[in-house]
Amino acid sequence: MQLVLEKRAERSNTIALISPLIAIGLTIVTMVILFAILGKNPLLALHAYFIAPLTDSYSLQEIAVKATPLVMIAIGLSLCYLANAWNIGAEGQFLIGAVAGSWIAVKTQGTDAGVWVLPVMLVLAAAAGALYALIPAICKVKFGASEILTSLMLVYVADLFLDYLVRGPWRDPHGFNFPTTAEFDPVATVPLLIEGGRLHLGSIIALLVVAAAVILLGRTIKGFEIRVVGAAPRAARFGGFNSNQLIILTFAVSGALAGLAGIIEVAGPVGHLQPGISPGYGFTAIIVAFLGRLNPLGILIAGLFLALTFIGGEQAQIAMKIPLDVTKVFQGILLFYVLACDSLILYRFKLVFPNRQVPRGAG
Amino acid sequence: MQAHQRMLDSTTNGLHSGESPLLRTIGLTKRYGDFLANDAIDIDIWPTEIHALLGENGAGKSTLVKAIYGLIQPSAGQICWQGQPIVLSGPSEARSRGIGMVFQHFSLFDNLTVAENVALGLDGKESFKDMSARLEQVSKTYGLSLDPKREVWQLSVGERQRIEIVRALMQDPQFLILDEPTAVLTPQEADQLFVVLERLKAEGRAILYISHKLEEVKRLCDTATILRGGKKVETCNPRLETAASLARMMVGGEIKEVKAAAGRQTTVPRLVVNDLSLAPGEAHGVRLEHISFELKGGEILGIAGVAGNGQDELFAALSGERLSKDPGTIVIEGLAAGHLSITQRRKLGAAFVPEERLGHGTAPRMKLSENALLTGHAASGMVHHGFIDTAATLKTVDRATETFDVRKAKRDPEAASLSGGNLQKFIVGREILRNPAVLVVSQPTWGVDAGAAAVIRQALLDLATAGAAVLVTSQDLDELAEIADRIAVMFHGHLSAPLATSEATREKLGLLMGGSTLEPKEAAHAVGA
Repeated sequence: MQLVLEKRAERSNTIALISPLIAIGLTIVTMVILFAILGKNPLLALHAYFIAPLTDSYSLQEIAVKATPLVMIAIGLSLCYLANAWNIGAEGQFLIGAVAGSWIAVKTQGTDAGVWVLPVMLVLAAAAGALYALIPAICKVKFGASEILTSLMLVYVADLFLDYLVRGPWRDPHGFNFPTTAEFDPVATVPLLIEGGRLHLGSIIALLVVAAAVILLGRTIKGFEIRVVGAAPRAARFGGFNSNQLIILTFAVSGALAGLAGIIEVAGPVGHLQPGISPGYGFTAIIVAFLGRLNPLGILIAGLFLALTFIGGEQAQIAMKIPLDVTKVFQGILLFYVLACDSLILYRFKLVFPNRQVPRGAG
Repeated sequence: MQAHQRMLDSTTNGLHSGESPLLRTIGLTKRYGDFLANDAIDIDIWPTEIHALLGENGAGKSTLVKAIYGLIQPSAGQICWQGQPIVLSGPSEARSRGIGMVFQHFSLFDNLTVAENVALGLDGKESFKDMSARLEQVSKTYGLSLDPKREVWQLSVGERQRIEIVRALMQDPQFLILDEPTAVLTPQEADQLFVVLERLKAEGRAILYISHKLEEVKRLCDTATILRGGKKVETCNPRLETAASLARMMVGGEIKEVKAAAGRQTTVPRLVVNDLSLAPGEAHGVRLEHISFELKGGEILGIAGVAGNGQDELFAALSGERLSKDPGTIVIEGLAAGHLSITQRRKLGAAFVPEERLGHGTAPRMKLSENALLTGHAASGMVHHGFIDTAATLKTVDRATETFDVRKAKRDPEAASLSGGNLQKFIVGREILRNPAVLVVSQPTWGVDAGAAAVIRQALLDLATAGAAVLVTSQDLDELAEIADRIAVMFHGHLSAPLATSEATREKLGLLMGGSTLEPKEAAHAVGA
């Protein structure tokens, strides 16, 4: 008896929907084992991770706040991945966006600049993220350089550049030598949706981005081009679609969205520019994109789920002294299972009995 | 039936009596999911026999020989070799037992020499020098001339096939399987191959010869086993059958005759190619050399030639997948188009059907409606202000389904779920429904069942009758003879002057396909035709 993977005649839409759920289930089983090995009560740990954050308004708002950058970045990444362009450097584009937007905030600090400051910051951040993403895209198109490597390496460039700025030229003179800019002025801050709460305008922008992506991919010829170029490059060329143009376009859009997410994070929940503004949003968004099946609505749900693990991880650390790194382990295992379960969309398991033999002594 | 068959074999060859067959399959079955690729096939192969395996694409020929060669394990049934049941662990075991195979698609490394390629394919432990000496000896013995030191990319397709055959013969097989060996050969090269095969047979070896060319089988083979839909239909002596009766057994019914409308009028030139030369896009590609022809409305021009002589490059240049620097080299509907993209050429009224159905003509994992959009987005009213009109794309699917009898499980399935013939009908239909002024088709019926092939050829004829200019590239000379008005031959990136189909005999085309030129007088005459 053998267990074999057998190709399906047509992709299974049912499995496409439930495959992420299977992946989440398997991840939870693995985590239970891991918690047990760590000597923690698995049920309590799971409760701290997944249930506790859903029980109070503060945590719920915090989930939306964390999901905002994840969803925005993941939507951009999904466009790249659909077009077979592998942007791994959203983290860097996020940081560069944050830096570019902060430049306006720092320069207008303490002046009586008007309400134009925040919109200009957003535009500048998006433009900077897009330009930064164009570096690997152009290297790919012009010289055939692997965009996976170049985009990833540029993350560290952006990270160190930000570090230099907040330790050097942009450091808050009254900040006791901490590597951070001064708190942004109110005109350079993303407004809150609920007075005294955490939820801010960025979440609304993220929802608009999701809606725009739904329309782009589902209804427009550009979205069709992106999907064909990724799914069947030669057919796309036959259709008259230029894959190089789409690499440039999808990289630019995903860079812009990552940059926008960066400035919203800095001008919103953080309030100033400092190192460590991102707990790895740009990388976690890769998981969000795949967990959401590269589908905008899926990404919205997946972004909320991953945000839950961030918040849950913090709570588990406080309540049960579970190391915060376990959250990253969790996310890594989740990505692993998501990719593994995806093979079930095109294949199915089958038990095979080779060389059927007449059972002896039967009948 | 079986007994009768045995008698028939014995009487024709007079050698089988009393012996057991060299190879016998009993109830050989191969199941892929719910699909029975081979359904309880019994076949006997005797020494000193050329045994034809006939059947349409998808009849199960490849599955059967893969099982015999150890590439796949049968789901049920048995293979007996020299009277003993065997289970083959893989091709190397098959080879060591004396079963050799020459595949339709060669597995050769372009950048290695002939001798290096042969060495890579052998399991033995002999030194490279000994092997090279043996290679030369084997190729000499069988008249398969090969220079062991030449690199494969410099060789013609016929020479490449010789490497594969010599490689198989160096293992001294008692049983040799050949998968569609003449598909890539000129008629003259095929004749040379038949001499080699007759000689192998005279040495007492058995040959299993896969083909769908019936005249060839009648001429060469002693026995023919016909498969249809995974089942064995019949084993017979092909010399006692007619091509028509063999075709009926393969297809399981009569094939509709393709009819050309009488008195087709040719009109203005709709596709003109002027001295088109183009460097190859990839290493070892073919350079197009000074290609010129003129194609009028109402006319079908066939381009014959052995695969790999620049047909793919010509298709890419005509379609605009590759651009030409000089706009005037390609003229569509009177407009210089050499520099225009494929989308712009479609807007001028051109339509294209590439050879590869899945992955080139269609995106395999996308729905038919999306594949209708793939080529229809430019000029078929499927896109308004950047937004897709889904209803319009579905309408194209429905019209193609209705007009060209596309059989599918649901209204809008994925392209990959259709059979080859039905997908090809959809692709040809998708283009014809756009009422193109110029249609460029590559291998329109390659790997397509006979019924679908007839529908497609008829559609091409009808399109020409309606006034379009049609360019058909095909390796199937019979197909070109059936539908083309004129036939030109591609060789090493050159295109011969077209011959009128009535004057394009197999001999003349074969010479051109092999790179010879016709007598000047004859060629001049042909141009005037």
